[in-house]
Amino acid sequence: MTATEIRMVDAIREAMRAELAADPSVVLLGEDVSVGGPFGATKGLQDEFGAARIRDTPISEAAVMGLAVGAAAAGLRPIVEIMFMDFATLALDQLVNHAAKLRYMSGGQLSIPLTVRMQAGASGAFGAHHSQSLEAWLAHVPGLKVVAASTPADAYGLLRAAIRDPDPVVVIEHRALYWGRGPVETGEAAIVPLASAVVRRPGIDATIVSWSRMTVTALAAADLLAAEGIQAEVIDLRGLQPMDTATVLASVRRTGRAVVAHEAVGFGGLGAEVAARIGEDAFDALRAPVERVAAPFTPVPAAPDLERAFVPDAAAIAAAVRRTLARPDPRRRSLEEGR
Amino acid sequence: MPSTVPSGALPAPQRLPQLRTMLRIRRFEEALIDLAQAHDVGHFHVYIGQEATGVPALALLEDGDVAYSTHRNHGHLLARGVDPNAMLAEILGRATGTNGGKGGTLHLASPAHGFPTTSASVGGPLPIAVGSAFAFRELGRDRVSVALFGDGALEEGAWHEAANIAALRQLPVVFLCENNSVGAVTQQAGDYPSSTLAVGTLADLARPFGIPAAVIDGSDSDAVHAAMSDALVRARSGDGPSFIEARTVRWPGNQGIWAELVTGRVQVHYGWDAATIPDPHRAWFAEHDPVVRAVREALAAGAGRDAIAAIDADATREMAAAVAFALASPWPDADEAFANLYADPRVNALATGRRAAK
Ligand SMILES: Cc1ncc(C[n+]2csc(CCOP(=O)(O)OP(=O)(O)O)c2C)c(N)n1
Ligand SMILES: [Mg+2]
Repeated sequence: MTATEIRMVDAIREAMRAELAADPSVVLLGEDVSVGGPFGATKGLQDEFGAARIRDTPISEAAVMGLAVGAAAAGLRPIVEIMFMDFATLALDQLVNHAAKLRYMSGGQLSIPLTVRMQAGASGAFGAHHSQSLEAWLAHVPGLKVVAASTPADAYGLLRAAIRDPDPVVVIEHRALYWGRGPVETGEAAIVPLASAVVRRPGIDATIVSWSRMTVTALAAADLLAAEGIQAEVIDLRGLQPMDTATVLASVRRTGRAVVAHEAVGFGGLGAEVAARIGEDAFDALRAPVERVAAPFTPVPAAPDLERAFVPDAAAIAAAVRRTLARPDPRRRSLEEGR
Repeated sequence: MPSTVPSGALPAPQRLPQLRTMLRIRRFEEALIDLAQAHDVGHFHVYIGQEATGVPALALLEDGDVAYSTHRNHGHLLARGVDPNAMLAEILGRATGTNGGKGGTLHLASPAHGFPTTSASVGGPLPIAVGSAFAFRELGRDRVSVALFGDGALEEGAWHEAANIAALRQLPVVFLCENNSVGAVTQQAGDYPSSTLAVGTLADLARPFGIPAAVIDGSDSDAVHAAMSDALVRARSGDGPSFIEARTVRWPGNQGIWAELVTGRVQVHYGWDAATIPDPHRAWFAEHDPVVRAVREALAAGAGRDAIAAIDADATREMAAAVAFALASPWPDADEAFANLYADPRVNALATGRRAAK
């Protein structure tokens, strides 16, 4: 099928539409999903698939998540929409203590094919309760899978894979990307495996690892660097749990330098995990310490200026790449010292 | 202990001041909606249509009482005397805002006016309100904590857990539920916007806990005044929590997720000349608008049309000035983003890696 240019929010809807059509056990549960939710991601689905499969729920995140876990245990394949990732907080017992652990605790007797879509990220001055990036919490939980797309095509392909997956998958959607357009192929071939990082832009001088909106920012940083003759390779992680570290390590072995960029706060963020993996498995290839670019360690401020400053920008990522390049090559230095 | 707060209807001389506060809220919200056309204000929720609940209810609070509010907080803060300049500046994210720009519309706060915080997490502030009532009891203070929340909050588990503790300990808390989905509870679940509760009468949710519950018309300021007076007497006398369900018919501009001034601005003469109300929102203004109703009540209490028009002109001017103030206000200093995470500036600097300029 030929690719058409559509917005990410429409790609998300198309993915749900395809799986709803393909599998009658797929159902969608969420607050105001019948009218499309706040951003239109589910608009029209109730007309097409009926109120029995596209269900508005009370504002009861804990009960709805539990409901979905129970429904998944009993044969449905629920998609739950959490209107803002910040309110996943209310549903964590069901998600973390139940959805994530039921297969394991039951000795493999139970399967929880659950997809949880969470709209996330800072943009539009929504303030501290509507802007967080909490992926590190979720990726920390054995039994959960976590993915985040940076393009409409991946939003489509990852969501379809998530819905088909036999385990609970959290799909993080950045609202700042919802209205961005990109080519999207539909159909089976467009499904994206959950743990598959992708090289978005090849380069030889340094590796930038990122996901979600930060991949778009990282590509802009690579443009800035290209103008200075620096060729940065940009990797879009896509899968955060499980994580395709092989693609990251292969790149770092080629470039010798790595920057991890994410919108979540730095402390305890997934950037630390990526940096540690590189340190453990590609230490010999490193010519500079791994740099992290992340949000400051504060809640997301509401003021538009402060919010803009909170989210790492292309200049910050480019500066981090330059820092890795400015380091004297440790191998050269030890050669010189040995002389 | 007995209270001096009277039960029953509002005394006639208080009609005009009450109308004034309601008009100030209305003109504030209208100005904000207009402002959002030209400026990137972001998402916000307006109190239009609910003024007759918040204004008389909060007028009964005393110094030291607290109220916890929601995403729909603007009217509540204005009713307690928070400066509209600082509120609009906060909504625009300016340094002169109530919270220095870091909170925004969803989190306007003014502890000095009895608003420790407002929360955008539906249901989130209910246990917190109960917690403040618990503290008042433990500290031996004759103070009351009020939880202001929408009908949607009753869908959250936090409500049930908070109500249980409040009832168990007979805490001085008033649960004031602003049900702005009138009709919706009898609509089919799934209609929008609606509360999605299995109970027909929301106030019934308080009854299993033994919490006295009243169902009132939230656009009837006398009913609100009476119900809130009773609830406050109960709380201050050590007789525990109360629940009030104040029902209002949703303002047409609040039907969608983003507020729109689909009705146009309210005109005070709608109160004395209903024939001037334009279609298609005639019914809402004539039957459900608390401001138009308050105009009629002020007239009945002896206020003149000129006096009402003058109050309105003042409120309109005040809010235009607030818009100008907010737009002229500076953005917060970049370092402000790093301030106030922890009390100790050294800890703050350690955690954020930045030393806030002060
Ligand atoms: C815990 C939580 N879930 C979802 C939301 C998204 N949300 C914001 S307002 C709202 C509806 C609230 O309805 P209600 O409590 O009746 O208040 P109203 O807006 O009608 O005043 C929802 C679902 C939220 N803010 N918090
Ligand atoms: Mg409501």
